[in-house]
Amino acid sequence: MKRVFVKEEWCLGCHLCEYNCAYANSGLSSMVKALQGKPIFPRIHVNGNDSVTFAVSCRHCTDPLCVKSCISGALHRENGVVCIDKNKCVGCLTCMLVCPYGALVQDETGTVTKCELCTKNSCGTPACVAGCPNNAIVFEERCEE
Amino acid sequence: MKKEGQIRIPSGCAISAMISKEGTRMSGEKIIESMIPMHDRSNGLGGGFAAYGIYPKFKDLYAFHIFFDDKVAKEECEKFLKDRFEVVLSEVIPIHKIPEITDVPLIYRYFVAPLQSVLARLQIDENEYVARNVMTINTHLDGTYVFSCGKNMGTFKAVGFPEDVGRFYKLDEYEGYAWTAHGRYPTNTPGWWGGAHPFALLDYSVVHNGEISSYDANSRVVEMYGYKCNLQTDTEVITYIADYLLRKQGVTLEEMASIVSAPFWSTIEKKSPKEAEQLSYLRKVYSGMLITGPFSIILGFTGGIMALNDRLKLRSMVVGEKDDKVYIASEEAAIRVMEPEAQNIWSPRGGEPVIVKVKEGVLT
Amino acid sequence: MNNMYISPDYEVIRNMSRCITCRVCERQCANEVHSFDPDGNVMISDESKCVNCKRCVSLCPTHALKIVKNEDTLRENANWQDATIKEIYKQANSGGVLLSSMGNPKPLPVYWDKILINASQVTNPPIDPLREPMETRVFLGKKPDHIERDENGKIKTDLAPQLELSVPIMFSAMSYGSISYNAHKSLATAAKELGIYYNTGEGGLHEDFYVYGENTIVQVASGRFGVHEDYLNAGAAIEIKMGQGAKPGIGGHLPGAKIVGDVSKTRMIPEGSDAISPAPHHDIYSIEDLRQLVFSLKEASQYKKPVIVKVAAVHNIAAIASGIARSGADIIAIDGFRGGTGAAPTRIRDNVGIPIELALASVDQRLREEGIRNNVSLVVGGSIRSAADVVKAIALGADACYIATAAVLALGCHLCRTCQTGKCNWGIATQRPELVKRLNPEIGSQRLVNLITAWKHEIKELMGGMGINSIEALRGNRLMLRGVGLTGKELEILGISHAGE
Repeated sequence: MKRVFVKEEWCLGCHLCEYNCAYANSGLSSMVKALQGKPIFPRIHVNGNDSVTFAVSCRHCTDPLCVKSCISGALHRENGVVCIDKNKCVGCLTCMLVCPYGALVQDETGTVTKCELCTKNSCGTPACVAGCPNNAIVFEERCEE
Repeated sequence: MKKEGQIRIPSGCAISAMISKEGTRMSGEKIIESMIPMHDRSNGLGGGFAAYGIYPKFKDLYAFHIFFDDKVAKEECEKFLKDRFEVVLSEVIPIHKIPEITDVPLIYRYFVAPLQSVLARLQIDENEYVARNVMTINTHLDGTYVFSCGKNMGTFKAVGFPEDVGRFYKLDEYEGYAWTAHGRYPTNTPGWWGGAHPFALLDYSVVHNGEISSYDANSRVVEMYGYKCNLQTDTEVITYIADYLLRKQGVTLEEMASIVSAPFWSTIEKKSPKEAEQLSYLRKVYSGMLITGPFSIILGFTGGIMALNDRLKLRSMVVGEKDDKVYIASEEAAIRVMEPEAQNIWSPRGGEPVIVKVKEGVLT
Repeated sequence: MNNMYISPDYEVIRNMSRCITCRVCERQCANEVHSFDPDGNVMISDESKCVNCKRCVSLCPTHALKIVKNEDTLRENANWQDATIKEIYKQANSGGVLLSSMGNPKPLPVYWDKILINASQVTNPPIDPLREPMETRVFLGKKPDHIERDENGKIKTDLAPQLELSVPIMFSAMSYGSISYNAHKSLATAAKELGIYYNTGEGGLHEDFYVYGENTIVQVASGRFGVHEDYLNAGAAIEIKMGQGAKPGIGGHLPGAKIVGDVSKTRMIPEGSDAISPAPHHDIYSIEDLRQLVFSLKEASQYKKPVIVKVAAVHNIAAIASGIARSGADIIAIDGFRGGTGAAPTRIRDNVGIPIELALASVDQRLREEGIRNNVSLVVGGSIRSAADVVKAIALGADACYIATAAVLALGCHLCRTCQTGKCNWGIATQRPELVKRLNPEIGSQRLVNLITAWKHEIKELMGGMGINSIEALRGNRLMLRGVGLTGKELEILGISHAGE
């Protein structure tokens, strides 16, 4: 299965991926309308310090701890993609506690949100990858660990 | 209007040739007739012939065919020749006055030998000496044009349709073992006799159909070697390339073909390593002599002819045979006129030379 | 007034109705033009620092930014123009020589744009490169005057060393130091993939790039930085740099700030020391000295590599080239006055040297008149901007072209002409690691490959239109060119006729 990977060697720390993610999942037709003057809740986050930066998003583990720990059955796997049913999420945040990557976040609704590889929005392929100016985020097949 | 040499004039053409491998001498009648079915390939603005083996009595002398505008030019040129050559015979070239050929210049021929004393002083061979002097006459002597200067061969040309030009020069009265012919369709009307073809230097003569796109690349290369492209025609530059490669560089006819109509690199790469090495060497070293754009040429030389098409075969050219004779022409119809029973009619591929030589020992 | 205030050249226009305060502009600007004002929750800018490199404009996700020319002008004066006056203020402020980068931007004639190319109509056929073979392969190097045959009559095929190019374009010299590791890597990998060559410039060859040696030209310049035996033998050819189009007659100066880490190691000079290349080679004060260096380099490389001599196009270029053609060099590279640079004194860049078109035409003609054109191949550079320029250069008589500005443009350069500051936001002319990483060589080399591939297609189309199916039949084929709006003298030097003639 294709997943999102980061190449920290080429990450500029520009944070464009965060904005592209938030916009892609806004459902709105204009980035300005979607993001201007509002806090954003991207599903990818740039981490790092002065010398190294990299973007982190869900690894879509084959045996995901978040799915195991979800008390409401909101988190589940669809064709290998770890997805969340926001209607079922009760906002207990257990998943955030157990995820070893810190890939899940709480959004403005109080429920958890996470990367679904843009399978649920109109992009089709990950917006963070398409918008990265330096090919530091890639969407590709790699050997399963 | 500018004449040939002051401006480059492209033209379409008809060509034809015949040769006897046994060295049998044939009259010019057939080659004249061969141009008749190709009448529409010319437009009356130039026709000509080259004939080999026509002056057996003077075979060791250079035969200069010269156009003069007037008597003054003739006298000046004769003075020039006398200082440099021993003139064995000078005479008017016999012609038929016919209504189709007008504005006739003075047409003379001179059988000459270079002055040995001058040759020795310049330390060059006699061919080089003749070539340089002809180049000087054609560049510097106004109203004089040497249009043929080989041994035991001659070219005959005029403004008119080729079949008329043949009759005008009474070519049915000459006998040669090889003949080439040319009818011209220039896109301009300079009406200058020197601009007609074949073009010749020493015993090399070229008839050519096409318009080469590499012209200036080629001409600027040969000019580097002392040739002067006075006429700015394809035929002229091709003749100089032939002279440079064959006479000065000593390449073979086949090698010359693989220089001017070089095989594509992709073709070379498919050859055996040894052959590829030779071919790619020639392409690298003589890259400026690659000729592109459409052409079919027949190169005449002492003892044979070579026909060659451009590498893409953008001009028609067919070959036929009968007994010891080989016929080449732009159209099969022309071959059929020369020899109704011609066999093995075929179209050589682009860049594939057809070399026909008179049997060794026949010509002495 | 001690320090005259000089109004900024540019104005940053931010469309507030579009700005989403993502702060990408702020993070991407090494000149620190943009900043975030938390009180007003808005982005603000200090335009005095802006060099108009367009990094922020390119990366702004909502296209909210525009950099425009500052409209604050002095009183109009055709003689004392704005830029001229500001330069005087700058010099009065600092007392220094003005520095600039990249090529001469002055409105001097661009002859390429006044030359038009021929096409076939009726009398001979144009050729369609999609259907017929069309060859662009070129060999650079000395060609013999005569063939020799062995005892079997076969031609001996040992030729002086040659460079084989799939298309007559090479990346010209840009040193590691003046440009970044990633820029060099992009050039090297692209050259390899394209079957052409890139040039180390005078900065030595980074050990990581020895693997690209077959596609590398190693340069020996007046400072001899990074030159050693392995270096000379690492490349496919050796170039002696006598001069550069952007700054004929002067040397180079890479500030100590850029001589860090691997740059210092590759140049073989201490970290932080200025790398100053002298104006002349101090072992070449005349043409006979050049001949000695040519043969020293040939000795050091066992006569296996062609030697290129690169000179700037200056007034007496034809005679200079004639001397070089007899010096044993295999290739002459001529750099026109619009050639780029990482840093040059402004006055030199804008006032010294001559256009490459005229230099090329007169050199090619001179070498032919002397019968020595085959002694050398001719490579020209100094603002070759497109496939059409390449075709025109070949038709004027060049064997191949050098491109550098076009190559860095492909890598992202926006010609802001401030390379000398070392703060290149595109990761090209900088050694700052956080900026260098902005140029991912995977992307860079792909863009270079795209560019040359596109040009190759265009060259083939133009050749096909002329009825030419191999590049050697275009070389020196000046009949394929016509001038427009040129004087008789210019046409005479270019060796071409006027359109309509």
